[in-house]
Amino acid sequence: MASLKELKDRIKSVKSTQKITKAKQMVAAAKLRKAQAAAEAARPYAERLAGVMGSLASKVSGDSAPLLLRGTGSNQRHLLVVVNTDKGLCGGLNANIVKEAKKQARKLIAEGKDVTFYLVGKKGRAPIKRDYAGKIDHHYDTSEMRNPDFEEAEKIADDLVARFEKGEFDIAHLIYPVFKSALAQDPTTVQLLPVPAPEDAVASDAAVEYEPDEEEILEDLLPRYIKTQLFGALLEREASEQGASMTAMDNATRNAGELIDKLTIQYNRSRQAAITTELIEIIAGAEAL
Amino acid sequence: MALHFELVTPSKLVRSEDVHMVVVPGAEGEFGVLEGHAPFMSTVRDGTVQVYKTEGSAPENIEVRGGFAEVGDKGLTVLAEHVED
Repeated sequence: MASLKELKDRIKSVKSTQKITKAKQMVAAAKLRKAQAAAEAARPYAERLAGVMGSLASKVSGDSAPLLLRGTGSNQRHLLVVVNTDKGLCGGLNANIVKEAKKQARKLIAEGKDVTFYLVGKKGRAPIKRDYAGKIDHHYDTSEMRNPDFEEAEKIADDLVARFEKGEFDIAHLIYPVFKSALAQDPTTVQLLPVPAPEDAVASDAAVEYEPDEEEILEDLLPRYIKTQLFGALLEREASEQGASMTAMDNATRNAGELIDKLTIQYNRSRQAAITTELIEIIAGAEAL
Repeated sequence: MALHFELVTPSKLVRSEDVHMVVVPGAEGEFGVLEGHAPFMSTVRDGTVQVYKTEGSAPENIEVRGGFAEVGDKGLTVLAEHVED
């Protein structure tokens, strides 16, 4: 049985932990609202760009298509761009992303492909390094960035496109969490490079005039489309991180509360036992006189 | 007599309003868009988009970088990577 003092200290320490988790939960809730609003605001641009891309890509095909659309013609070397968070305290989010990345990697390796990783965010490094130590191509550090901004996405995209044009890989996949709700964030894999041809290519009926011609516009738009996709992934990551963090901290706060209740009962019982023993001692002493 | 004009950046919808005319610095020269313009797509060089709220009024200038313009039935949409008001 722990002494009264020990129990008291224990309760105090759990209480201060609870205060921290509670504060973190409220911060995450506030940030989540902001992140969701940012993700919402980014949607019109992404939708319009995807629409224009779709109608253009259906017109330009074959050998005249730009490299970013056509690809290198081989699909041997795969690059997995894994978007993780920079901070922990967000439950199983990063573990789930890494699990998805490893699943994709195993699948590709089983097909006899070469796989390398391009990691964005800190939290994916250690677990991926454990299994695929020599295959990590590059870390991209986003810890300096407080809110996802487009310039950050631009830098990542420029780097990826440069590597692609140098022929360092044939196909790039983007793995990032999609924010469904505070409780659910699904890790998702999409093909990033070469840009997949849109399935529902709507051949526009109107005779649209292009200036300069279709190919040049497409060449200009493709890098931008990749940037937008990466920007979207960063925004989703931010919302997912805050959502997962909020849920995890809510659980932690509740657990701390339960623990405090249990410890308090134990504390009261030992206190009472001590008092009873003291009383018995006094009474026994009085009777002996 | 109004042209629906939208200016969109990756982080937000900057403008969505009905205006008289917009002059866009296209890659191959400036072009003005009025209501009922034929479908048209163009890349936009870095420069100033001039928005005329009403006929003959002084234009409002918006600096854009990395842009793309599309004219369709719904009006003019300018996608820009960066905008400076």
